[in-house]
Parts: sequence; C-alpha cells; structure tokens
Amino acid sequence: MSTIHWSEITPEHIYRNRRALMRGAGGLGALATGACGGSTAIPGPAATPEAAPVRAGSDTDELGDRLTTYESVTNYNNYYEFSSDKEAPARLAKGFKTEPWTVTVGGLVRNPRTYAIEDLVGKFSPEERIYRLRCVEGWSMAIPWLGFPLHKLLKEVEPTAQAKYLRFESVFRPDEMPGQKGGFFNWPYIEGLRLDEAMHDLAILVTGLYRKILPAQNGAPLRLAVPWKYGFKSTKGIVKIDLVDKQPTTFWMAAAPNEYGFYANVNPEVPHPRWSQATERRIGELRRRKTLPFNGYGQEVAHLYAGMDLRKNF
Amino acid sequence: MPLALLLWDGAHNDLTANPIQEITQRTGKTALVLLALTLAVTPVNRVLGVRQVVPLRRPLGLYAFFYLCLHLLTFTVLDYWLDLELIAQAIAEKPYVLVGVAAFTVLVPLAITSTKNWMRRLGRRWRVLHRLVYVAAALGVTHYYLVVKADVREPLLYGAIIAGLLVLRFPPLRRVVARIRVRRLTRPARLPQPSRGS
Repeated sequence: MSTIHWSEITPEHIYRNRRALMRGAGGLGALATGACGGSTAIPGPAATPEAAPVRAGSDTDELGDRLTTYESVTNYNNYYEFSSDKEAPARLAKGFKTEPWTVTVGGLVRNPRTYAIEDLVGKFSPEERIYRLRCVEGWSMAIPWLGFPLHKLLKEVEPTAQAKYLRFESVFRPDEMPGQKGGFFNWPYIEGLRLDEAMHDLAILVTGLYRKILPAQNGAPLRLAVPWKYGFKSTKGIVKIDLVDKQPTTFWMAAAPNEYGFYANVNPEVPHPRWSQATERRIGELRRRKTLPFNGYGQEVAHLYAGMDLRKNF
Repeated sequence: MPLALLLWDGAHNDLTANPIQEITQRTGKTALVLLALTLAVTPVNRVLGVRQVVPLRRPLGLYAFFYLCLHLLTFTVLDYWLDLELIAQAIAEKPYVLVGVAAFTVLVPLAITSTKNWMRRLGRRWRVLHRLVYVAAALGVTHYYLVVKADVREPLLYGAIIAGLLVLRFPPLRRVVARIRVRRLTRPARLPQPSRGS
C-alpha cells in the first residue's frame, strides 16, 4: 500500500519556505505543520480570519496546477444548510457560532468520546495538505487544507471488530441555517465512509485552509476532506461520528438515489444525468480539462476498490 | 436589460467564481421568463382586457429567442469550445441537453415566421404553427426541471405558471372568464341605482 507523504503533497518550495512564511504571517505565526520541524500549534480562536492569506509565489498542487484563490475557495461554496446559491453561504454564515462546539465519536468503538473542538484541534496537530476538490457539478479547485488524518482519531476511539462504516452527522440549527427551514430536504446532512476508506491517510479532518482557521462557509469548525471522492462526500460542520456495521444512507442518496451513490468516487467513466463527469472546469480557468479517475489519486486509493464494479457502486 | 446587467457584472468581475456557469444559468432563466411573459400576453388581453400588451407579444417572443441563442452559444462556444465530440456526448448522455436542443429547434421556425410578411403568407396556418410555442415552453420547463439538483421547486413553479396560462386558453374556460368579465364591466352601470331610494 502506497501512501502520499506530506512532502509529496506539499510542493517543496512551500514547505521549505514555511518558516519564512510564518514569520511573514505575524500574529498567525503559531500555525504550521510538523513536516518542516516547525511549531505544531494551531491558530486559536484569536487568530483573525480576515488577515491576508499567506502564500508563496507560485503555489501548486503535486500535479503542478496552481492553487485556487482564497477568495474563490471562500466565496463559492455548496453548503445547502445555508443556501443552494453558491455565493450565499459566505454571506449567511457570517456570525455562525462555531464555539462552543463538541464532536461526539461513538457507536461501535471501545472508547466513545466527546471532544470540545479546541481539544480536538489541540490534540491532533494540523498539517497542510494541498488537495484537489472535484464537485459533482463539474467544477474543481485546488485547496491548501489544514487538518489531520482521520485515522489518528479512529486509533484513539478504537473501532470494534463489528465496525464497518463511519456515519457522519452535521450540525442542525435551522434558526441559523436558513436552508434547513422548510421540509424539502431531510436534515441533518449525513455522510459516510467505509472503515478502510476512513483509515486511508489521505482522508483528513479539516480545521483550516490557506493556513488560517476554517471559515464557517467552508464547514467550520470541522469538516472532512476525502480528495478522491466528489465534494459532497467531504461533509461540513461535523458534530457526530458513529462507527456502524451497516452502510449508512447519506443525505444525497436519500434525496436522489439514482444520481448519488454511497461511494461517489470521482470517475469520468460513470456519467451523471446532468453534469459532465468526463471533464471539469477548474475554477479560475476558461477551458474544460479532463477529469482524472479518483481525481488523480488512483495510485493511492484504487486498491481499496479492487474487484468492485465501480459502475454499479457509483 | 438582463444582458446589460450581465455585461456590467462581467466587466466588474462579479459573475461568481464560475462565470461560465453563471452566464449559462442567467441567459437560460431570462429566456424562460421572457417566454412565459410572451405566453401571458394573450390571456392578459382576453381575461383582464388590457389590450395595450398585445403589441408586446412579438418583441417578447423574439427577445426570448435571442436569450435562448445566447444560452446555446454559451454552452457550445464558451463552455465546450465547440468540441463537437463532447457536445454530441452531452446530447446523447444527458436528457436535459436533448430536451433543451429540442426546445430550441421548435422555436427556430417560430422566430423565422414572426414577421408580418410570413403572417400574411401563412394565413390561418400561422396561428396553428405558432401554437408550438407551448410545446417549446413545456420543453423549456422540462429542461430546467432536469437540470436542477434535487430541489425542483422553482422549475415546478414555472411549469405551473405556464400550465395555468395554457389552461386559460381552453375555449370553455375562456367563455367562463369572458362572462365574468362582461358581468364585472356591466355592473358599474347599475351601481348608482340603489342610491335612488335614499
């Protein structure tokens, strides 16, 4: 089994320059990753999300593609809890309270735990990962997340032998999230992963992006990033993670079972009734580009699906 | 107006992070709204008796067609860079594209024959031909219905409006509505009568 190393995911010049960047970030200097031997603290709530994003001159992902701008990443969001309009979450999420916030991890585990978000962030030091995000709607981004591998959390709660899947439940606050009002969708948002997918080093829990604390419209204080799957799998505003023995029915599976499957691996071979899955538009680019199997992470994750018909298990 | 707004927002970099999709959606919705307004002209004239709207029907219809052309050009040129293979694949693979293309195809002869000259040449057949506008509208709503992600409330609203406008044209209903109107129009003449006795 091959895993991507932190040094492969982050372009060399970025992690080489990390220390210089941190110095440049002034008050934000405390946030960084272990990979360069720097400090491992995370920006506390005192960190100002308004501060200009710290960026190296020509940031790219490991395929050489430039990062999507901070502005686009934080102003073009699919967050149906707020609105189905992609520009609305940035506006509507202003003032959304992410503290106090607890995340309950339970179900088929030996050590069920409830974490206050600040404890979770303090316990698992965040590292930067530049991932591509491919939305099922045919657009994509390259985003420098800050987060920690989900397997670190799982190791602590110890799934039992019966545990086969993870079920993620997102926040339900219709008073603050206008999209949750009205009975059209079945809230709260539910997502799921197979246990071996969740154990993969690429699957991370995210607490920040662009070396800043995660903005509410991007799923603060805690979201998932599973880069080889369509964006809707990378669920936002997580409040509960349960280990279960049966495949959970996710939000989109319930809303449109013929369109959204449980696996939702990025797959140019499986067409969608509405959007092209063979091609995509990288936000900020004019021309469509070809979509890569597993969003370009096939080498790392294809083995998880050996022997499976991915056309059936879409 | 919607085009001016589109160009204004374009010039100010205000078309979201995904401008091509935004242009596609805006031109499509404008075309559908204008088509619904076109269809509303006759009922507004007949039911409400607002005759001033009648001259608006042709320009409204042609504007709808104009925005539909922009919509189609955005899809084929801006979005797919005239990549015929991808476009053919989209038509074959995605029902919404097929339905949209069908709606456009139906509207082409209507746009061509919208001149006075063609009206004269076709005579009675012109009316029959232009009833196809309802087919185009139904296809347009279906296209919209197929393209939204799960939340079909808005397309259904458009569908209901267009169906309502169609229902108003059915002769029996038209007669009922006309009778109500006649009664309304004649009533004011009788109104002063009760005051006589006081």
